[in-house]
Amino acid sequence: MTGELRTRLGIDAPDDFYEALIEAHAGLSEDESMRLNARLILLLANHVGERAILDQAIAAAKAADRS
Amino acid sequence: MSQSQPTFVFRRSPELDGQTTRHPVIVLGAGPVGLAAAVDLALHDISCVVIDSRSDVSEGSRAICWAKRSLEICDRLGTGDALVEKGVTWNEGEIFVGDELIYSFNLLPEPDHKRPAFINLQQFFFEQQMVARATELAAIDLRWQHSARDVRSFDDHVEIQVDTPDGPYTLEGDWLIACDGVRSQTRESLGLDFEGRVFQDRFLIADIRMKEDFPAIRRFWFSPTFFDGQSTLMHKQADDVWRIDFQLGWDADPDEERKAERVIPRIERMLGHGDFEIVWTSVYTFTCRRLARLRHGCVFFAGDSAHVVSPFGARGGNSGLQDTDNLAWKLASVIRGDAPERLLDSYDAERIPATDENLLNSTRSTDFMTPKSKVSGAFRDAVLDLARDHEFARRLVNSGRLSVPARYSDSPLNTPDADTFKDGPPPGAPAIDAPLQSNAGDWLIDHLADNAFTLVHFGTDAPSIDGLNLVLIDATGLASDRYDARPGTCYLFRPDQHVAARWRHFNADAVTEAWNRACARL
Repeated sequence: MTGELRTRLGIDAPDDFYEALIEAHAGLSEDESMRLNARLILLLANHVGERAILDQAIAAAKAADRS
Repeated sequence: MSQSQPTFVFRRSPELDGQTTRHPVIVLGAGPVGLAAAVDLALHDISCVVIDSRSDVSEGSRAICWAKRSLEICDRLGTGDALVEKGVTWNEGEIFVGDELIYSFNLLPEPDHKRPAFINLQQFFFEQQMVARATELAAIDLRWQHSARDVRSFDDHVEIQVDTPDGPYTLEGDWLIACDGVRSQTRESLGLDFEGRVFQDRFLIADIRMKEDFPAIRRFWFSPTFFDGQSTLMHKQADDVWRIDFQLGWDADPDEERKAERVIPRIERMLGHGDFEIVWTSVYTFTCRRLARLRHGCVFFAGDSAHVVSPFGARGGNSGLQDTDNLAWKLASVIRGDAPERLLDSYDAERIPATDENLLNSTRSTDFMTPKSKVSGAFRDAVLDLARDHEFARRLVNSGRLSVPARYSDSPLNTPDADTFKDGPPPGAPAIDAPLQSNAGDWLIDHLADNAFTLVHFGTDAPSIDGLNLVLIDATGLASDRYDARPGTCYLFRPDQHVAARWRHFNADAVTEAWNRACARL
């Protein structure tokens, strides 16, 4: 069975998380931030594990670019 | 090193004195792949002419890692024992980030196979053994110091313009196997595109001789402390020679970097001493390319002429040997009239997917070692940073995914399983070795080395089919586990030791049909 990417709110205390995410980047250069984000993505991707979900996440992230 | 290498003498060919002969097969190039092709054909009683422009075996060590599957092929060809005796056996690898060991792997986690995962042996030793073997076989006419200037392909034969020390002549053959390397004259003469990618990075190879008791483990460093480049590989070869690869980056000057005054201090810094001698150096760039097709009428491409991959996966020499392993029995069958010519189309059907698998793995390794963008570099660094503490990231570290034998899963020569198997090699896969219980040193793989179709039957009764080799195996040993076998289980192997079909019970009609399918006779 392949799962589906959950896009309804799943984060506990979302405003707290958002603040923590921004705070993690405080004082970092752009390069350092890019590397931090890369580590974060890899850790989260491994936690999710399921390839179908990860592929949907990549597609959803690409599709959301409105610039 | 050159003093220990034999020189291959030029002998005047009959064609220079007006004799015209249409040879059954011409093999162009006497490197490892060309020599393997010639020996394989000779063992199938097909004679061939091998031409090569050199008067010596290869300079420097070049290809060094010979995989288990290649050793099994060489066992069939008759050189396996000599190679393993001379080579450095290894199964393990270690990956460091900085000075810290983050990941170790064993490429042969299961004991009880005749051959190890890999041996390291300089290419010229491999070539020497194969030349010695070829010289024993009367069917092989080995012509050194013969350069192919032009290759022409016709509907039913090839003509090669050959230059020799005594002048030029035209060499004719029914079939040509072009093993003439990455700068293939055959490819150029036929005007074939060699499509693929070049990676913007340069690597320095240095082979050094030194006495060092360190075990034969493949050691790879990302961001080493002893070198300010991105990575370094160190690997042991025969005769106390060690291979070291330094990743220099794209801006490095290849001529400068090869100079002893540049190379020696780099290595001194790495080893912490200067007690070594330089044997060979070279600077190279990664490329991944292949021909769109490997068969062009009566011309076949094999080895580097057909496809090149970046090193670090041991996928160059080993894939070339699998090419001719695949081709030789088919070509021999067609020449003998045992199979229709369309059998030869399965060379493309089987070896192109294998080539693509090698290119895919090689490209991925190269992208990891040589990130092509800033963000790709950031992810690479993230993997390395995480690998120190997190197991999952260690598995993403890619210092080369080492050669594994091709499985021709979708081959038209396969007869798909009709019976249920939970394990064991499926149709298209190569044989899995196992010790046989009858006596020590008796290996299953050696029973599949007669260059013929072979039926392996697990059990005590002995069905037989005319012209088919039969091997009986005790259905209770380790072999039966590895083949998911019960009493009565049969496996039909091709001459290249790949599975053609398998059944739970012998049925003469089914075996005959699968045999015919594997020879494209249906």
